[in-house]
Amino acid sequence: MSEQTAIQPLYAKLMEKFPESVVMDERPGFGGIVVQSLNLVEVAQELRDNLGYDYLSSVTAADDFPEERLEVIYHLFKSVGGAPALLKVFLGRTEPVVPSLTPLYPGAELQEREVWDLYGIRFANHPDLRRILLWEGFDGFPLRKDWKEPLYEEDVKPYKSRWPEGKGERKELLNPYKDNVQYPREFDPSTWTGDVDQAMYKSLEISDDGNSRALKTDQLVVNLGPQHPSTHGAFRMAVVLEGETIVNLKPVVGYLHRNHEKIGERNTWLQNMPYTDRLDYLAPMSNNFGYAITVEKLMGITPPERAEYIRVMMAELTRIASHTMVTGFLLNDLGAYFTPALYALEERELILDIFEEVAGSRMMVNYFRFGGVARDVSPEVLKKIRHLVYNRLPRKIDELDKYIAQNEIVKVRCEGVGVLSADDAIAFSTTGPNLRASGVPYDVRRADPYSIYESLDFDVCTRDHGDVFDRYRVRIDEIRQSIRILKQVLERIPEGPIMAGKPQYLAKVPAGEAYGRVEGPRGELGFYVVSDGKPNPKRYHVRAPSFINLTSLAQMCKGAKVADAVTILGAVDIVLGEVDR
Amino acid sequence: MNGLGIFKGLLITLKHFFDTYLADFLHRQKNLPLEDKRGMVDSSGLFTVQYPEEVIESPEEFRVVPFLVYEAGENGERNYRCTSCGICSKVCPTQCIYITRKKDPETGKPIPSPEAFYIDTDKCMNCGFCAEFCPFDAIKMNHDFEMSTYVRGETHIFNKEKLGKPVEYYAKIRPVNYALEEAEKAAKAEKTTAA
Repeated sequence: MSEQTAIQPLYAKLMEKFPESVVMDERPGFGGIVVQSLNLVEVAQELRDNLGYDYLSSVTAADDFPEERLEVIYHLFKSVGGAPALLKVFLGRTEPVVPSLTPLYPGAELQEREVWDLYGIRFANHPDLRRILLWEGFDGFPLRKDWKEPLYEEDVKPYKSRWPEGKGERKELLNPYKDNVQYPREFDPSTWTGDVDQAMYKSLEISDDGNSRALKTDQLVVNLGPQHPSTHGAFRMAVVLEGETIVNLKPVVGYLHRNHEKIGERNTWLQNMPYTDRLDYLAPMSNNFGYAITVEKLMGITPPERAEYIRVMMAELTRIASHTMVTGFLLNDLGAYFTPALYALEERELILDIFEEVAGSRMMVNYFRFGGVARDVSPEVLKKIRHLVYNRLPRKIDELDKYIAQNEIVKVRCEGVGVLSADDAIAFSTTGPNLRASGVPYDVRRADPYSIYESLDFDVCTRDHGDVFDRYRVRIDEIRQSIRILKQVLERIPEGPIMAGKPQYLAKVPAGEAYGRVEGPRGELGFYVVSDGKPNPKRYHVRAPSFINLTSLAQMCKGAKVADAVTILGAVDIVLGEVDR
Repeated sequence: MNGLGIFKGLLITLKHFFDTYLADFLHRQKNLPLEDKRGMVDSSGLFTVQYPEEVIESPEEFRVVPFLVYEAGENGERNYRCTSCGICSKVCPTQCIYITRKKDPETGKPIPSPEAFYIDTDKCMNCGFCAEFCPFDAIKMNHDFEMSTYVRGETHIFNKEKLGKPVEYYAKIRPVNYALEEAEKAAKAEKTTAA
């Protein structure tokens, strides 16, 4: 594998410095450097300070059940682009502890909390290690292979009870209120009075002495959400206020948690494809794209040229749809309720019409397959796309930009609000338009090109101020670049097959691991998959850009006014389907 | 000048308001079909249609909960194309398809026909895998999205009778696919007779 050879020089360098604590992962199909848990912080420090790996993309874990071993997996990148440094730490399954990397890479904070939540791996020195997606009273760690959900049927799909003796009865209907909730053994819901939020409020470090300040005021906690029109879903911000100024903020997520990854590990490889639509439901095509290229990496197949062009075309259309919608909803968050948002939605509607015609559904497209796409794009649809791209989108985007960027209210509310410096943006693992608005020209399409992006001509858009207004402007710039890409794609799209080989419902995926990433509208969307050669993935992890972009929310909001928190959140652009997974 | 931005913004809405009537007027003058009235690349003014009075026709590939294709026999009996091979049930991501295979009551050997066929429409995620991978073109995705009912539970589990649709219905909602499949079948039949 090319990634394995790419990591060799790095391994040699680390070997020099830490001869006793690093070793290559020699399992066939696997790569990366296995680090002793004791030396992890020093190795990470060396990587960050001396070797240029300043961007911690993904932190996750895997369970090697029935082996007595858990793995913690780190993907580090250079913010100038290139192959990943893949670090692994092996731990025992009872009381696993690993040093936290949050002091070095603040972007690890939420991800480490997620690993603790789902795997029960404790991160020593983590500033605020609490469950994040599940509630405090949850029983067990669901991503461990020996954990079973209520109404558990079998380890993997397809379930045997469906065919040839399928009875058409729902398990939950037979026993509706007894088995579908699971509590810890000593827990009695009828007598329980504990407050799940105590720990969260404690972590906000509210100081009661007003003596040091000019106005002797107490600090006040305000909860924005979970039901709030500005939060784009069930999302809650606990905000500590001093007067109107935000002192601290904690995002509270997980209200829509469904354990996407556990479902993914029960599914067969192909069955995951429609589930990825439901992650970032505003950009389903990019989610399909990310998952498809990751599994193709493992399978070692490349789609035919026409399929690649169709894929890029769909991904760029989805980017335009998503960015126009976010732009509209940013105005919503500024208080211009729904009129501008609905005008912005017009462009999205036209793009969704195209998806409906091509893929069969407007949002839940389920269009990509391993080695190609599900069905061909007809000449009529191509004509439609051409008409849209050449005759409508450029005009409409200019119009939208003209009215928004010159509006003084938008300017006053957005300029200089929610500033994130370039260094902070990298440290907090921010991705996508948020990172580029801070002046870091990092775009996966250029930093680590996939599909046919290398042959396409487009710019990576950056802006320098890192405020809400620049985030808006980067999105508009990106729409223009997407239109530019679409024009090239429409010109060059060749005739030919759209699938490599025959469509198969049971993909044969050789054993090994792969990390694939694409630049979605919200940033780097990564998939980490491990196969053991069986019909189902052994590990399926989604590096969700929205979720990780939330890490820097507190930093952006500190010092801002409470009314701006809503705007800043709108500009970060989260999709709760992806945050909560 | 301060405040100009607001007026510009309000003007957009005003323009949309008048454009709607203008578009309607021109539409009537030119006698264009209803589908081209709203929500097209070239249309101006109001973007939406008055559902349910006006309904936009779904494109051919549009998919909601699947149905079972049958060919009506001489006495009105339903000859389902399904052979109960179970591929749809195996590929289904939510595992919402339940099939009982028919057995010969005397020998106990399986007969290629479904004894019972259920789809739990509450679980179905309309992904279309069952239709895509069915080797007999026996299960297809429907266009009818108006499925709301007053009661949940058992009524949302569709049985074979409720899922069945005549082949003519399939030909009506998916003419292009139907024609392709029929041509393929005819070519295959020709090959076998030639051999």
